[in-house]
Amino acid sequence: MKIRADRDVCIGAGNCVLAAENVFDQDDDAIVVVLQETPEGADAEAARNAVGSCPSGALSIEET
Amino acid sequence: MAGAITLPLHMQRDRYDPPSRMAELRSAPGLEAVNTPLGLHAFLATRYEDVREVLGDAERFSSAGLPALPGSDGDQRVGNLLALDPPDHTRLRRMLTGEFTVRRIRRLQPRIEQIVADHLDAMERAGSPVDLVEHFALPIPSLVICELLGVPYADRGDFHRRAAVQLDLTRPLSERGAMAAESRAYMGTLVDRATADPGEDMLGMLVREHGDEFSRAELVGVASLLLIAGHETTANMLALGTLALLENPEQAEAVRADPAVTAPAVEELMRFLSVVHSGMPRRVTRDTEVAGTALRAGDFVVVSLPAADRDRALVEDPDRLDVGRAAAPHVAFGHGVHHCLGAPLARMEMATAFPALLRRFPTLAVAGEPEFRSATVVYGLRHLPVSW
Repeated sequence: MKIRADRDVCIGAGNCVLAAENVFDQDDDAIVVVLQETPEGADAEAARNAVGSCPSGALSIEET
Repeated sequence: MAGAITLPLHMQRDRYDPPSRMAELRSAPGLEAVNTPLGLHAFLATRYEDVREVLGDAERFSSAGLPALPGSDGDQRVGNLLALDPPDHTRLRRMLTGEFTVRRIRRLQPRIEQIVADHLDAMERAGSPVDLVEHFALPIPSLVICELLGVPYADRGDFHRRAAVQLDLTRPLSERGAMAAESRAYMGTLVDRATADPGEDMLGMLVREHGDEFSRAELVGVASLLLIAGHETTANMLALGTLALLENPEQAEAVRADPAVTAPAVEELMRFLSVVHSGMPRRVTRDTEVAGTALRAGDFVVVSLPAADRDRALVEDPDRLDVGRAAAPHVAFGHGVHHCLGAPLARMEMATAFPALLRRFPTLAVAGEPEFRSATVVYGLRHLPVSW
């Protein structure tokens, strides 16, 4: 899997950081920063939850 | 009071639950035609998927098209993020988001713990029984948002009273509008003070870092919204959440005993209680359809957040409170660009307050009839007598 994050769409809600702290962070303006583009194992599962709970639709997963 | 008006369907509750009619609507095709408190003809979305579709598309479903409350100063929507669409909404929200990152909010944890502990001490001194709303649920989020924003906590009596009237749907629209104007006038004095001498709080930061990008009216609007949203919502979650836990003692025990339960328990209480009935009605901007129902430009759509959060499409056995279940992507904080800005703060306040309360008073119990409040924008409790 590959994580895609559209920083122009992100509203800085922070749900992704709460759901998958190893995969996502926020910059000083709260906009999403992807720490791992291709998470594996438990991080991949957490990343899926993060994508599902993103309110702005900024996150997506590309299956590889 | 609540008997004086017929509550619109999307604001009706049966204790914690949306009315049974919601379940029928969820399983029926299309959207239901309803009337809103402002007299608007609207369509009601109840399914999780439909609610996410409406809230997730600010272009088709605008937040900016509501008529103003009569008697207000006409300025009431300036800076009110809830009543703005992108790109105005985006511009204002982005100035605030940095204050609400998960990392920034986590820095507040020790202070929130202190505030919670102080109120538990005071509650113990007051002696059993007490009203949990008055001693715990309302003052904690009020003090937190006051400190964060830079609002004098000593003024709380006045702004609690004004907020209560603004959000009370049994009051005449003109009275609610006048109270909104009064709230803005109050916040205007604080904004002027911060502009003259910006402090270390959020008002000061906004003036220092974004002073040129905001009009005064916008800053007043943003700050007024944060003050109301910061105490009404979390206060009702703390009160109603405590009642739900006390009425499900095994769940209260799980929260009391196991710190690992706290975070999913907060999400489950949010999902199960969904204290914000619907948020702003959305105005349809062009002919479209949702769930097969044709909508015309100019129509309004209201969503039921509690109905969506009780949809089997979201979780199994949705009408059961189960703090042990995995956190679900509920819509209690909304969805789309208006998703609650303060969600990380609200989560931290709840995650700190619930376990601390239950641990300090292991024998905490409901000590009388709780008084529910339903004819308000935020559902919850007016009073919750408790003893220990």
